[in-house]
Amino acid sequence: MAQIFTASADTRLRAFFLIMLLVVLGVAAFAGGLADSTYVTMVGWFRDQPVPFSHQHHVQGLGIDCRYCHTGVETSAQAGLPATHVCMTCHSQVWTGAPLLALVRQSFASGTPLEWNRVAKVPDYVYFNHSIHVTRGVPCVECHGRIDEMPLTARAQPFQMQWCLSCHRDPAPHLRPPEQVTQMDWSDWERDPQAHKDYGALMVQAYGIEPDKLVQCNTCHR
Amino acid sequence: MSWPLLLCLTLALLAGCNEMGSQPRYDNAEPSALFADGKVLQAPPEGTVAQDQPQRDRALSNRPAMSAALLKRGQERYAINCVPCHDAAGDGHGTVPARGFPQPPSFHEQRLVEAPSRYFVDVITHGHGVMYSYADRVEPADRWAIAAYIRALQTSRNASAAQLSTIDREALGGDRGG
Repeated sequence: MAQIFTASADTRLRAFFLIMLLVVLGVAAFAGGLADSTYVTMVGWFRDQPVPFSHQHHVQGLGIDCRYCHTGVETSAQAGLPATHVCMTCHSQVWTGAPLLALVRQSFASGTPLEWNRVAKVPDYVYFNHSIHVTRGVPCVECHGRIDEMPLTARAQPFQMQWCLSCHRDPAPHLRPPEQVTQMDWSDWERDPQAHKDYGALMVQAYGIEPDKLVQCNTCHR
Repeated sequence: MSWPLLLCLTLALLAGCNEMGSQPRYDNAEPSALFADGKVLQAPPEGTVAQDQPQRDRALSNRPAMSAALLKRGQERYAINCVPCHDAAGDGHGTVPARGFPQPPSFHEQRLVEAPSRYFVDVITHGHGVMYSYADRVEPADRWAIAAYIRALQTSRNASAAQLSTIDREALGGDRGG
């Protein structure tokens, strides 16, 4: 009776399983790498906007506080994008004929809001609240990066859960005096860690922040 | 074979990864096909009175008592909303006028030193000249706080040495007596 399997069948079967294993591992490694890549997290990728608004010019150049435009940041979940008339507070007088601002004037005249593309966004299943972070002294720069150095706005942090948790597990080192929350450059503070080593821990106590509760699911998810 | 199937399954699973990340619900400031003007945020119907409107009206019409806390709040709100044009000292040499915005008057000119605090609150509320209204950006109580801080800025130019504390006088290197 003839052999059903050739002499090399066993080797081919082993090779097949090996290749399958490599494919599965490869796909997993690729998917993992992709999920962490800036292509997916969008860190450092400038988004196209209807008007090329420069935070660098307005924050660093003119020294305008974040809260001049993002008025809701201290009192509500959303920082809020300014209504067009906030832009026009200055631009009714400055750069009145600039072609770059044509859409702003058009929006102001017609009452149709500008459609900005969201840069910093958490998924819908995350219920982030700006006011609680800002009033406790988590500075803007902590999540939004050096926005004062961005001519166009890009995401500064991956906004993944592990990144949120890294602070929720140990909030103390991230806290700053709330009255300076919009300050962008903290190199003075960080240069001398000894001078501020107790600040965070004291504030965690003063505010009654319990890291154990900060890492519970229902702190951010409902 | 099984691997195209496996690949399809993996891709299908990956595709499902972020389905809950963008849920079919309306969030603030998103576009909406439901309303005629295309906005999620709808203006309240005409004639609507906000629940806290009486409180806000009262806060606007009654000047709060001067206090250190009021000045501190005013200083902070002044830095956020006023400094771009009026500058930190109130002279009107802010960064925005430097770029071509009409120069605002100095808070230290006689007319404004003599103006009542309510005048500043009214200007914040209704705007003045090329200055837009800040009614939607500065709460009534904060308008009084800013007015109080403007008073402090004005006083800073006209205070006599006798009004300063001993420590301040020493820091200025002046007379230590009295």
